[in-house]
Amino acid sequence: MAEPLIRIEGIAKRFAGRDGATATVFEDVHFAIERGEFVALIGHSGCGKTTILNILAGLEPPSAGYVIVGGREVAGPSLDRAVIFQSHALMPWLTTLGNIAFAVTSRWPAWSKAKVRAHCQQYIDLVHLTGAEKKRPAELSGGMRQRVGIARALAIEPKMLLMDEPFSALDALTRGSLQDEVSRICAETRQTVFMITHDVDEAILLADRIVLMTNGPEAKIAEIVVNTLPRTRTRYTVHREPHYYPIRNHLVDFLVSRSKQFNDAMPADYDPKRPPLVMPGLASTDSQLAAEAPLRVPPATKPLVAVAR
Amino acid sequence: MERFHAWRAPALSLLLLLLFIGAWHAATLPTASRQVVDPEYAKLVGAAAATGQKSAFPTPAEVGAKIWQHLKEPFYDHGPNDKGVGIQLAYSLARVIIGFLLAALVAIPVGFLIGMSPLVYRALDPFIQVLKPISPLAWMPLALFTLKDSGVSAVFVIFICSLWPMLVNTAFGVGAVRREWLNVARTLEVGPMRKALRVILPAAAPTIMTGMRISIGIAWLVIVAAEMLVGGTGIGYFVWNEWNNLSITNILTAILAIGLVGMALDLTLARLTRLVTFPE
Repeated sequence: MAEPLIRIEGIAKRFAGRDGATATVFEDVHFAIERGEFVALIGHSGCGKTTILNILAGLEPPSAGYVIVGGREVAGPSLDRAVIFQSHALMPWLTTLGNIAFAVTSRWPAWSKAKVRAHCQQYIDLVHLTGAEKKRPAELSGGMRQRVGIARALAIEPKMLLMDEPFSALDALTRGSLQDEVSRICAETRQTVFMITHDVDEAILLADRIVLMTNGPEAKIAEIVVNTLPRTRTRYTVHREPHYYPIRNHLVDFLVSRSKQFNDAMPADYDPKRPPLVMPGLASTDSQLAAEAPLRVPPATKPLVAVAR
Repeated sequence: MERFHAWRAPALSLLLLLLFIGAWHAATLPTASRQVVDPEYAKLVGAAAATGQKSAFPTPAEVGAKIWQHLKEPFYDHGPNDKGVGIQLAYSLARVIIGFLLAALVAIPVGFLIGMSPLVYRALDPFIQVLKPISPLAWMPLALFTLKDSGVSAVFVIFICSLWPMLVNTAFGVGAVRREWLNVARTLEVGPMRKALRVILPAAAPTIMTGMRISIGIAWLVIVAAEMLVGGTGIGYFVWNEWNNLSITNILTAILAIGLVGMALDLTLARLTRLVTFPE
């Protein structure tokens, strides 16, 4: 098996408390992301989701552990890992084109103006913002702003895309259409993506694997759910797939109860270095049954899952 | 808010102005009663004023005539003690602009440094806190002694009074740049110069411009007092000179001119601030 694009090895985040004790947000987090894979991370607020993303981006150092990208340890931010921020983070003094061009000229400082312009236009067209090039963020709707953020991240042609709850600030309709577009763009460009979310449906629609985190403090990866739905899923058809409800019920069940209880009742064979891979979609096509007894496939008996391409 | 027509506010302003001028006119009307006055006093203040027939304070019409006269010939120069209001205003404006620009040249880079480095901020903060509340005029004797030139000293006083608001606002604006914009710059591996000019400067520009607007307002306040002290030229000197000439009419004209120029300076800076402010 080829080396994964990014490997997270035992990262932790701790803060020094006021009384001298250290507060651990999360610890012993291990997982890997393959090239071309879409991985989502789900967990409640306070489990350190955004911190994990910031560590992957190189914006924050971990208190322990490493992140290895392409055989090298992450020491700081890099143009190879583009970030789509929760609140778009566009510069209000720049136009759509200006915001994207700022990123493009940062990546390729030697490019001519015309080349930068043509390159930006390509990504503006990709996110369907043609005609809004000269508009400033204040003149755009929330969904359009997030599109500019997506175009800015994609335009630097990163090896990996990191998304921090990219759709959480949008209304449901806009969110749906943007999710469809992100899924289309990622399929077209075979982009490797790591996304933070707390939306179960979003994770099932977009992600190939879904990393489940327990509640903080001392959050851990409880398990990794393999999305066994066909990759060509869309928002309109996903809920008719036979695997959809078993997976969804499994995730909801985890968020509602198991994420709280996990730390108290840890399975005997739990190994944080190899969090169990589960495939609730394959367990049963009967959603009712899956909801009542979500099947955990022990890592030892389960062959390594090759993600469907 | 209650809706009203656009013309109502200016109409009310005009009405208030007319009321004010009317009251002024009524107050300065010559009184009919004759009274006996000390001839020495009459000699000093003028017969008409001493006898109460006419107040020494000019009527609105007199001030209006004087303003018209100044407007017709604002730049005449009849020797050191008789120059047009236009020339005097130009001297004051030149001093304010030179001092202000010199202050901006110092305050904006230093403010950037303070805003970007918490260490520099802590190191310089005590100095700023002590120097900021000092009245700019208190520097005047020191400036006259060291610089040995009254004109340069006036510029120095403007420099020192414009410095602090710009310095403090620049440092604040630079320090308060949104974390996410800095994170964008970091993930794009933007170099420090490019980050300062393309991200921090535009993000802090509205705050910096607000500091400049406060500074120019203070500078225009201070220049009048400074020129009263140093003398020679300038609108402040003009006011003091006309006080010595006992020409209340000219003083009133100068006061009006000072107010109008101050308003123009403030409006200019306000417009520039709007140019660099973008809603999010």
